[in-house]
Amino acid sequence: MIKKSLISIWKFYVDGFRSMTLGRTLWLLILIKLFIMFFVLKLFFFPSFLKGKTTEEKEEFVGSELVERAVD
Amino acid sequence: MFESIDTSMIDWSRAQFALTAMYHWLFVPLTLGLAVIMGVMETLYVITGNEFWKRTAKFWIKLFGINFAVGVATGLILEFQFGTNWSNYSWFVGDIFGAPLAIEGILAFFMEATFVAVMFFGWNKVGKKFHLASTWLTGLGATISAWWILVANSWMQYPVGMEFNPDTVRNEMIDFMAVAFSPVAVMKFLHTVLSCWMLGAVFVIGVSAWYLIRKREKEFAVGSMKIAAWVGLFAALVTAGTGDKSAYQVAQVQPMKLAAMEALYDGGTAEPLTIVGNIKIPKMLSYLATHDLDGYVPGINNILLGGYTLPDGSKALPVIEKMNRGKKAIAALADFRQAKQEGGEAKMMASQKVIEENMPYFGYGYIQDPNSLVPNVWMLFWAFRVMVGLGMYFILFFIVILFLARKHKLSKVTWLHWVALWSIPLAYIASQAGWIVAEMGRQPWAIQDLLPLNAAVSNLQTGSVQTTFFIFLIMFTVLLIAEIGIMVKAIKKGPEESK
Repeated sequence: MIKKSLISIWKFYVDGFRSMTLGRTLWLLILIKLFIMFFVLKLFFFPSFLKGKTTEEKEEFVGSELVERAVD
Repeated sequence: MFESIDTSMIDWSRAQFALTAMYHWLFVPLTLGLAVIMGVMETLYVITGNEFWKRTAKFWIKLFGINFAVGVATGLILEFQFGTNWSNYSWFVGDIFGAPLAIEGILAFFMEATFVAVMFFGWNKVGKKFHLASTWLTGLGATISAWWILVANSWMQYPVGMEFNPDTVRNEMIDFMAVAFSPVAVMKFLHTVLSCWMLGAVFVIGVSAWYLIRKREKEFAVGSMKIAAWVGLFAALVTAGTGDKSAYQVAQVQPMKLAAMEALYDGGTAEPLTIVGNIKIPKMLSYLATHDLDGYVPGINNILLGGYTLPDGSKALPVIEKMNRGKKAIAALADFRQAKQEGGEAKMMASQKVIEENMPYFGYGYIQDPNSLVPNVWMLFWAFRVMVGLGMYFILFFIVILFLARKHKLSKVTWLHWVALWSIPLAYIASQAGWIVAEMGRQPWAIQDLLPLNAAVSNLQTGSVQTTFFIFLIMFTVLLIAEIGIMVKAIKKGPEESK
């Protein structure tokens, strides 16, 4: 029963994708955009500033930043 | 030290965030607006069984799909920027910002993504009612997404439901309901989402008018315009009503924003509302801000100098005093951290008490010059008038459309078709102007009173922020050109015949 439902859902999507016309262009656009976002921007331009730090190190880093940036 | 932060880097980071948010906001309102209109059209199809409404709904669903596909996930870039450009902010806000965004991602986005497939692929494959439910649930998913994003944004304008923990240097949520249903969030949601419906309505009317100009698809165009005008009029009236409520809230929680919106330097009682120049409505600003025709509205100078009576009866503190209290809170945070390292429990508790007492002014400790607390008055003054002026214009616009529809003259008034077509960019301008008022009016705060931009920003190289700014500018412009190109092609093709 579950297997049958899963197969029909699979077929629903496959038929839907096959019958697309304009949708193919849109999917291509989405894939190009996601590639740029995750494999270009995220990897090369947006490494998380706090990445690689433990929780304690993050607390220490931001705590120091917040104290040191205050105006004397 | 503060001096090591390059102020041009802060400006570039702001510009980058503003650019991303404004481009993202080109796609979102049309998604939310079209979702309702196509839902109404498909409902008419299911109720009447008339194939005309199926064909009409299918066309607008197609345009919805183009906009959805081009706009989907552009908001993720904003989340990247929180981690990179605003890392101090990201840590400081703790779970308060993370929780709504996580709910948005898990619940709403997946709901939207599931039903959007049924909506596009399900014609003739699932039952009429199931398809209709999927269309509405797609729109509901997008609207729930908007809710959580706006909850997060509202918290930055009016931080509630949290407690600052000096141990973790984070704000911790103590009352989820206060965050999720803060009065500012509720009003912002209604105002923003209904204004999106209005934009969607103007878009549908404008595109339909193009068919009438071209003398094509008359029945389809007139039918679409009628539905859109009813949705638009309802949305425009609710947007105006919630705008009034929002102005009242702004007067209570962000008085500097209201003063800048009105270019009001020296406030007083029975203040008039400036339309433009010397055209003023007597006592109207006082009424909007206090719900009392003779109520006191502080101006920019009054807010900086303090001393006036607040709605709760207390006296407003001068900014200099707030800055001193902010410095006290930050000094106490430094003492707390020092005591923690040395294991001084008593000193930690004493420092925590000082932090708690002065926490409402924490962000003022980073302010060098009181005048830096004044947002860009010129920009706010005009953005506010553009938003309100166009909002009023759209109410009249929808009424005229409905009047002519009632007289069966909608397809004959050519000048109106051109006006309708050129109203599409005006709807986008109004929508962007709204965000300029909301976000520029909050400057210099990342979180109102708690964290200004110079403390929130990551210490990056200005050059790298500039580089990513231009990468975004190019990427988003290409996406926008792609969307307009695909959309225009689909519009030229027109609604397809029902099979």
